[in-house]
Amino acid sequence: MAAPIVTVVGKIVPMICSHCRRRFWQQAIDFSRRSTQLTYGHISTRYFHRKNSQLRHGEYEWKDPKSEDEVVSIVYIDKNGKRYPVKGKIGDNAMYLAHRHGIEIEGACEASLACCTCHVYVQQKYHSQIPEPVEEEEDMLDMAPFLKDNSRLSCQIILTKELDGMELTLPPATRNFYVDGHVPQAH
Amino acid sequence: MNLSPQNWLRMQHYPHFLRKVLRQLGNKSQSRSSSTHKDGNPHICIVGSGPAGFYTAQQLLKGHPSLRVDIFERLPVPFGLVRYGVAPDHPEVKNVINTFTQTANNDRCSFLGNVQVGKDITVTELLKIYSAVVLAYGAAADKLLGIPGENLPNILPARTFVGWYNGLPEDKDLKVNLDTETAVIVGHGNVALDVARILLTPVDILAKTDISDYALEALRKSSLKRVVLVGRRGPLQVAFTIKELREMIKLPECRPVFHKEDFKDLEKIFPDLPRPRKRLTELMHKTCFGPTADDVKLWNEAKKEWELKFRLTPMEVLSSAGQLTGLRCAVNKLEGSNFENQKAVSTDEHIDLPCGLIFRSIGYRSLQIDPAIPFDKKQGVIPNEKGRVTGVPGLYCSGWVGRGPVGVILSTMTDGFDVGKVILKDLAEDHIPNLGRPGFQGAMKILEERGVKMVSFSDWKKIDEHEVQMGEKFGKPREKIADVQNMIKILTHEK
Repeated sequence: MAAPIVTVVGKIVPMICSHCRRRFWQQAIDFSRRSTQLTYGHISTRYFHRKNSQLRHGEYEWKDPKSEDEVVSIVYIDKNGKRYPVKGKIGDNAMYLAHRHGIEIEGACEASLACCTCHVYVQQKYHSQIPEPVEEEEDMLDMAPFLKDNSRLSCQIILTKELDGMELTLPPATRNFYVDGHVPQAH
Repeated sequence: MNLSPQNWLRMQHYPHFLRKVLRQLGNKSQSRSSSTHKDGNPHICIVGSGPAGFYTAQQLLKGHPSLRVDIFERLPVPFGLVRYGVAPDHPEVKNVINTFTQTANNDRCSFLGNVQVGKDITVTELLKIYSAVVLAYGAAADKLLGIPGENLPNILPARTFVGWYNGLPEDKDLKVNLDTETAVIVGHGNVALDVARILLTPVDILAKTDISDYALEALRKSSLKRVVLVGRRGPLQVAFTIKELREMIKLPECRPVFHKEDFKDLEKIFPDLPRPRKRLTELMHKTCFGPTADDVKLWNEAKKEWELKFRLTPMEVLSSAGQLTGLRCAVNKLEGSNFENQKAVSTDEHIDLPCGLIFRSIGYRSLQIDPAIPFDKKQGVIPNEKGRVTGVPGLYCSGWVGRGPVGVILSTMTDGFDVGKVILKDLAEDHIPNLGRPGFQGAMKILEERGVKMVSFSDWKKIDEHEVQMGEKFGKPREKIADVQNMIKILTHEK
């Protein structure tokens, strides 16, 4: 097989552009008309090129560390207290790194500071090592239930060597959606 | 195996699947009916393809290895309020579509668009075909003010206006007259701020978003100079959130008008407020008392303005010769010591706000789309316990339809996940049947018999592609097709 057609990279399945898809499909129909067995080898990699060569969000985290110097080990702790030790690397985004390792952190807005679905608690002693949140992050944290002093959006945490050993705890799930604990009443 | 639209998508992405299809096309030995889905796997039907539907589907697919999910949607296009509710100038919020697309791309998930549950197929039928039915159709109606004159022209539900600028088919023909200087919005929530922002944002900025073309055209001709947001209670009870407020304060060529008497002495209680309320109130207080010199300069040059007015309850719409001229409001006082539970009580005083356009933005409510669904008409929600609809085994609800129309996307996500887990638990404990239900094939049979033109997820991708191509011409991310017939036309044209 020339190229993996379905390459799961950072949970993103590469889309085939319309031009390539049409050519691919046309080719497939031609093959079927000639009742020839279609094999993977006929599908050239160029039909699956990407629109740009830049890394998309979450792809960097799928690269393994080049050397031990790069490694930043952190631990995710889920809402049941289960620990997930993870070997990350310098520059990894804590939310996408969690995605790579199947840890239940969502990321609805894809790190664009428009939601609070990747809310985590940062272990106190590492909290000050992370750059102060920008105003937009603070605004989104306001919407997060069970907000604490050490709350952050994991999509804004970029791993550095100083964060080696850090624990990130996921907040408890909730059905109480009012941000300030307010109970709605008819008025 | 067949060339059904559902299989299209798989073929595009999975060559082994394509080979399988081509081989079987060659044999021509298998017909559709023989590839039955009566396979002992649970079949779950979800009604509604907005965040509640997709997040529930995501949880179900993740939590069970062989369960199948079919998502029904009234419109030919998916994503509900993400497509038709999120403001066009908030594209980052729409990134969640990528996650939903991944769910829809799952082999075990099908999208059945252009199917109106309650009309094309009933809930009772669905309950017979599927192991479980999840109602996730949101809140499609809005609350009324209940005051004299509310039916005059140019008094609009904010919800309909949002649908209009977002290209929602049923709202595309909304009659809105923007040839007036002042608009009043009743309500202090995020929808009210969205409407105000769209009305006041310079049109050249909006032109780069996926706002519908007719709305852009109408806004270009708008003579609106002033938008007044009216709330029943005070600054401590506003329902909008800080991100939306900050955007309004920073809106180019527009000045916020806050009244000092509304905010004086509030700083004394800042330390007692919960963090979100504190930061929100601080921002309003700062805008009122301590704006930066740069802000003041910009605001003085601005030609447009928006104003926050508190403690007012609409009493009557004022008109002359059938034309809207203003809104009469009772002046309220607040009773109660705790700001969270303070009640607005109208006094004998009233004021008149002259305006030529009124939006009501005082909340949504859900509809009962099928008589088989138990419904709490007073609250406008489906009565349920943890998502299990009261009194109907196998029927569940998720999102706004069961919880009421409040909260940010995180709330709907959590709710969707929770309801998904409840269903998985009920399946595991044999509370709902998971054998012998025809699922997808059963629904297809009924719908095909009734001549319903279904739209699959790969069909949506064609519509999507078309919209993006159309948008490119105008430098927009997409140009939404606002007409259902035109959507269908694109699909028949492609075939």
